[in-house]
Amino acid sequence: MLSKGLKRKREEEEEEEALAVDTWWLDPGHPAVAQAAPAVASSSLFDLSVLKLHHSLRQSEPDLRHLVLVVNTLRRIQESMTPPTTLPPVPNPPAAPSVADNLLASSDVALSASVASLLEDLSHIEGLNQVPQPLADEGPPGRPVGGAPASLGALDLLGPATGCLLDDGLEGLFEDIDTSMYDSELWVPPSEGLKPGPENGPGKEETPELDEAELDYLMDVLVGTQALERPPGPGR
Amino acid sequence: MGEDTDTRKINHSFLRDHSYVTEADIISTVEFNHTGELLATGDKGGRVVIFQREPESKNAPHIQGEYDVYSTFQSHEPEFDYLKSLEIEEKINKIKWLPQQNAAHSLLSTNDKTIKLWKITERDKRPEGYNLKDEEGKLKDLSTVTSLQVPVLKPMDLMVEVSPRRIFANGHTYHINSISVNSDCETYMSADDLRINLWHLAITDRSFTDIVDIKPANMEDLTEVITASEFHPHHCNLFVYSSSKGSLRLCDMRAAALCDKHSKLFEEPEDPSNRSFFSEIISSVSDVKFSHSGRYMLTRDYLTVKVWDLNMEARPIETYQVHDYLRSKLCSLYESDCIFDKFECSWNGSDSVIMTGAYNNFFRMFDRNTKRDVTLEASRESSKPRAVLKPRRVCVGGKRRRDDISVDSLDFTKKILHTAWHPAENIIAIAATNNLYIFQDKVNSDMH
Repeated sequence: MLSKGLKRKREEEEEEEALAVDTWWLDPGHPAVAQAAPAVASSSLFDLSVLKLHHSLRQSEPDLRHLVLVVNTLRRIQESMTPPTTLPPVPNPPAAPSVADNLLASSDVALSASVASLLEDLSHIEGLNQVPQPLADEGPPGRPVGGAPASLGALDLLGPATGCLLDDGLEGLFEDIDTSMYDSELWVPPSEGLKPGPENGPGKEETPELDEAELDYLMDVLVGTQALERPPGPGR
Repeated sequence: MGEDTDTRKINHSFLRDHSYVTEADIISTVEFNHTGELLATGDKGGRVVIFQREPESKNAPHIQGEYDVYSTFQSHEPEFDYLKSLEIEEKINKIKWLPQQNAAHSLLSTNDKTIKLWKITERDKRPEGYNLKDEEGKLKDLSTVTSLQVPVLKPMDLMVEVSPRRIFANGHTYHINSISVNSDCETYMSADDLRINLWHLAITDRSFTDIVDIKPANMEDLTEVITASEFHPHHCNLFVYSSSKGSLRLCDMRAAALCDKHSKLFEEPEDPSNRSFFSEIISSVSDVKFSHSGRYMLTRDYLTVKVWDLNMEARPIETYQVHDYLRSKLCSLYESDCIFDKFECSWNGSDSVIMTGAYNNFFRMFDRNTKRDVTLEASRESSKPRAVLKPRRVCVGGKRRRDDISVDSLDFTKKILHTAWHPAENIIAIAATNNLYIFQDKVNSDMH
C-alpha cells in the first residue's frame, strides 16, 4: 500500500525522515530564499503539507482546526508556486480544483512525481472504508466539490450518492481512481447525514486503505477533473 | 524585547512554595475558583483534582496558605460512539467554576463532547443514635428497643463529596474547545469548532439555539474555525469568540438570536514584512480572556500575546513577543506540528500583568505598566523549594551569558500550555506536562 516515493507513516518523525533531504529549508520570507529558487523550497513544503493533510484525514475524527490550517497553508503554497494561471477556465471552479489545475500546469518534476505516486496509491484502494457514507444532505446528489463530473460520463452511471461500491463491471473504467469517492463529502462528520454504512467492528487500528472521504478530498485537491482525462504518465 | 535579569527590578519575586506532582497523567486544564480558595486541574485521563488553600496559621506562618489536595474524582470516562465508530476521549478540555451561591461549590467540566456540572459538598458531622438502626445501619430487633432517643449530630472527619448534578450531552458535533459561565449565573456557553451553544444550567435535555454557527453550506468552503470563546465578566449579553484566522468577534445576544452578523470584528492587518506561508497558522488565536475590569481582551497566538481595547477594533493596543526567536524556525515547527500548539494566557487580578506559557517549561510574564517582562522556568531541577525563581534567558546568538539557553537546545516537548492566576493575589498555577507548580509571591501580595 505504500507508494514508491512517499513514506506514509503515522508518526510525524517518520514523515520528517522522508523529507530529510530538504533540511536546508528556510523561511520563505527570508531574504536569502527570495532570490533563490522559491519554487523548489515550496515544493518540499508542499509535499509536507500534503502529508500532513493526509495524516489529518486518516484520523477517525480529524482535528478541524489543524485540517483547515493545513489546507489554507497548502493553498498559499500553491499560489506562490505558479505564476498567474493561463489555464482555460474550469466550469464551477471552487478553490480546490483550480488549485489542482495550477498544480498540473506546473512543470515541476518532483511535484508531478508526488502526485503520480499518490494517484497510484489511490488506485489500489479496495473495499469499503470505515467511515459510513453520508447521504447528500446538501441537496442534489453529486460531487461535493464543483467541477465537471458531467464530463466524466461514467460518473453518471454511479447515480446518486449511495455510498455503495462500484459494480465490478465499472472497475475497468476507473483502474486508476476509485470514483465512488466522489459521492462522499469531506469533513462532514457522520452525524451530519444519514448513515447507511455497514456495521463494522470498533476497530481502532488504522487500516492500510484510505477511507472514502479522504480520497475524495485528496482527489479533488490534487487531481481535479482534468487529471482524469490525462493519459497515464510514466510509472503508473 | 529585553529581559531583566536583576530580580529587584521586577515587580514581584516568586518563590516556589509548594508543588504537587501528579505522575498519573498530563494536566490539560487549570482553573482557580472565584475566591482563589480552590484550584481545579483536569487531566488527560478524565480526572479532576481540586486543591484547597489552607488557611494561614499563626503557628506555622511559613506555610503561608499552601494548597493541598481537597478532592479527586473521575469526571469523564472514555466513551465509544457505536453509531459513528468513534472513540470519545475522556481528556478534560476545560473546567469552569460557578460563582458560589451556597455552602456547596460547583464546577463545569468538559471533554470533547459532554459537559458535566459537579457539586462539591463537605460533610463534617453525622447523625448518631438512631432508634431503628444500629451503628452500621442494620435494622435493630425491635424487641430490644426499650427507650426512645433523639439522634444527635456528632463531628466526624471531613468528607468531601462530589456528585454529578447535570450532564449536558449531545450538544456538539465537533470538538468542544471552551466553556464559559455567564455573569447571570444561570446560563453558560460551550463552543466547538463551528458552533457555540447556550445552555441553561438547570436544563440538560436541550440547549438554546446555536448562538453562533459558522458552518458553511458546503464543507469544502470551510476556511475558518472557532478556537476559543468567553462571556464578558459583567455584561451578560456580551461574549467574544476567536478564530483560526486571528480575528475576534464580540457578539451581543440582545441583537439577534443567531449572533453571526451582529458583532464587532477585531482584526489586525497582516504585517507585510513578516509575511510567510505560516502567517495564518501563527495568527490563529489559541486563547481569549477578558480582563477582570471587562475593558480589555487578551489573546494568545503562536508568537505573541495581545491586549485589545473593546472600543478599538482596528488593532490591539499592546503586543508582547513571547518567543520571537522562533520566527525563523517556523518551518521546522510546522514539520513537528509544534506550530499548532495552543497556549493559554492569563491576567493577574489587577489586570496589570499578563502571563503565558512557552517551551522548555518556560513561562513569561509581561508588566503592562512598566513594560518589563521576565522568563521563568517551572522545573524541580532548576529551583529549590522556597527559593526565589531565577529569571531565564534565551540567547539567539551574539553574547551569551552563563545560564542562557540557546534556541537550539530548547526542549519543545516541555510545553507550558495551561496557566492560571489567582483572582486576587500573586499566586500562579503552572501545568508542566504532568506536574503542577504553584508559585506564591511572598514579598508582595498587594495589587499593583
